[in-house]
Amino acid sequence: MNIVVALKQVPDLQQIRIRNRQPVFDDVPLTLGNIDKNALEAAVLIKEAQGGKVIALSAGDENVEDTIKEALAAGADEAYLVIDDELKGAESSLVAQVLAAAIKNMEDVDLILFGEGSADNYSGQVGSRVAELLGLPQVAFASSLEVNGTTATVTRSLEDCHEVVEVSLPAVITVLSDINEARIPSVTQILKAGKKPKEVVELDDLEVQLPDQSPVKTISNLAPDSQRKKVVVKSVDELIQALEAEGVIRR
Amino acid sequence: MATVLIFSDKNNMALELLTAAREIGAAAIKAVTINDSQAAQELANAGAEVYNIDQPDLVLADAAAVASALAQAVEQLQVDTILLSSNRRCKEYAGRLAQIIGAGCLTDVTALQVNGGQIECQRNALGGATVATQAITAARQVIAIRPRTYEAAAAASGGSVNSLQVNVQPSAVKVLEVRGKEGDSVDIEAAEILVAVGQGMESKDDLPLAEELARKLGGEVACSKPLATDKKWLSEERVVGLSGKKCKPQLALLFGISGQVQFTVGIRDARVIVSVNTDENASINQMSDYILTADLKQVLADLNKAL
Repeated sequence: MNIVVALKQVPDLQQIRIRNRQPVFDDVPLTLGNIDKNALEAAVLIKEAQGGKVIALSAGDENVEDTIKEALAAGADEAYLVIDDELKGAESSLVAQVLAAAIKNMEDVDLILFGEGSADNYSGQVGSRVAELLGLPQVAFASSLEVNGTTATVTRSLEDCHEVVEVSLPAVITVLSDINEARIPSVTQILKAGKKPKEVVELDDLEVQLPDQSPVKTISNLAPDSQRKKVVVKSVDELIQALEAEGVIRR
Repeated sequence: MATVLIFSDKNNMALELLTAAREIGAAAIKAVTINDSQAAQELANAGAEVYNIDQPDLVLADAAAVASALAQAVEQLQVDTILLSSNRRCKEYAGRLAQIIGAGCLTDVTALQVNGGQIECQRNALGGATVATQAITAARQVIAIRPRTYEAAAAASGGSVNSLQVNVQPSAVKVLEVRGKEGDSVDIEAAEILVAVGQGMESKDDLPLAEELARKLGGEVACSKPLATDKKWLSEERVVGLSGKKCKPQLALLFGISGQVQFTVGIRDARVIVSVNTDENASINQMSDYILTADLKQVLADLNKAL
C-alpha cells in the first residue's frame, strides 16, 4: 500500500500579527497545515496496520525542504518535493497541476490523502482538482477511513448526515481534523527525519504547463475594519439599559 | 453580467444563489437540479430557467460524476459563470468542476460585488485573520458562496422547467449507509441571539446559567472550540469560529472568551457584541460594543434575575 500525503507549507497562523490592518509575516516561522497533519496520521496508521510506504508530497519555495522534516518525523517514509520560487503562495489550480504531475511520476500509488482545506487559504479545491487531473474517484470530508484491499470505506461527514461510502482504489480522499489526533514526534524521530530519503525536483522537471497569469487575482487582503463602540459598562443594569436602547432585548 | 448557472444539492441554498445571481446583475439565470423535480419546480416558481437532470444512476455521493454532469451542463447551456453553494457537498464539486471546464475557482465566499464587469469576491484568509477580496481573471469562473449569505429568492414569474441529458460513467463510489447526526440538532447560525461561553467559564456547573439566559432571551448557547472538543461540555454543533459556525446574530453575549481569531471570525458579523471577562485587557474587548469587566458567573446570575 503506497500512500501519498499532500502537505502544504504555511506560515504559523498563531504568530501572524496585524499592523494597520495588514498581516505582518516578519519572523513568522513556516509549518505544515494542521489538517494536513491529520491526513498524514491517517496514512501512517494504515501503513502501520497493513505495511507499505507513506510519501510526503509538497510544493513550495526552498524552505519546504526544512518544513517537510515535520512530516518525516511524524511517520512519513520519504518526501517528494517540488521546489521553485514560483510555487510560493501559488494559486490552487497551479498547485494542483504540480502535485498531479508529481504523483504521475510515482509508481503504484494506491491512495492520495489531503486535509480538507489548507490552514491559510482553506479553499479546499486542490484535492478535487488533483483527483480530476489524475482521473481518480474522490471522497472529501472523511471522518473515518478504512482500507480493505482494493477499496476503501470512508465516512463522509456532511452538515446534516454521515454518509458511508465504498470507493475503489486508487482514490483521492480529503480528511477532517477530527478523523484522528496527529502524533507529536519524539526527539529521536525528529533527529532521524533528516536522514530519510528525499526526492527534490524543480518545476522544469515535471510535465506541467503553467499559465502565464494566475486565474485568480487578489485585490486586497486586510484584517476586517472593526467598527465597534467599545463602551465600558460598569454594571449589569447599565448593560441591560444599553441593550434595550439598541433594541436587541425585550423587543 | 452574462448568463449565470446556479446549482446546489440543497434547494433552500439554490434559492439563495438565485438571489445572488440577480444581485450581480445576471442577464439570464439558469439552474441545474439533479433527480429532484420538486426542487426544479420551486426554482422555476422563483423565476429560474431550470434544467433537471433525471438520471437515477447519477448519485450525489460521487463527486466525479456530479462534477462531470455539471461540466456537461455548462457546455450545453453555454455559460461561463457558475455559482454553487459552499456547503461541504458542493464545495467538493467546486474544484473538480473548475478543473474540468478550465475555470478559476473561489470557495467559502461571503460577499459578492461587481466592479467594472468583474465579480469581486470576499473570503476569509490566513485562518480568518484577514478578509481577502479576490477576482477570477480566467474566462470561466466557479464561485461557491457560503449558505445564508443571501436571502432565498421569493416567487417570481418567467421561470421554466426543462430537462437535460448527460453522460454518466459507471460509478467508483458506492453509498453503503447514510446516518443522521445524533444528538444536538441546534442551528446556532439561525439564532438571533447567541450566549457564547469560552474557557473563562471555570466550571461546567455554571453552564446552566448560560442556558437559562439563552432561554430567557429566545436565543441559543454557543461556545468556543475547546469547550466542545477538549472539555466536551457542549456539542460541536455549537462551536463558533473558523472550524465551526459563522454566525451573524443581532446580539452576541460573550462570556469568558479571550478573542482568538479562530473564534472571532465566526462572530464578527454580529450586530451587537457584548463581552464579559475578568481581564479588562482581553483582546475580545477591542471588537466589542459593550464591555463588562466582572465575574461571569455573577453577571449571568444577575442577568437571569433581571430579565
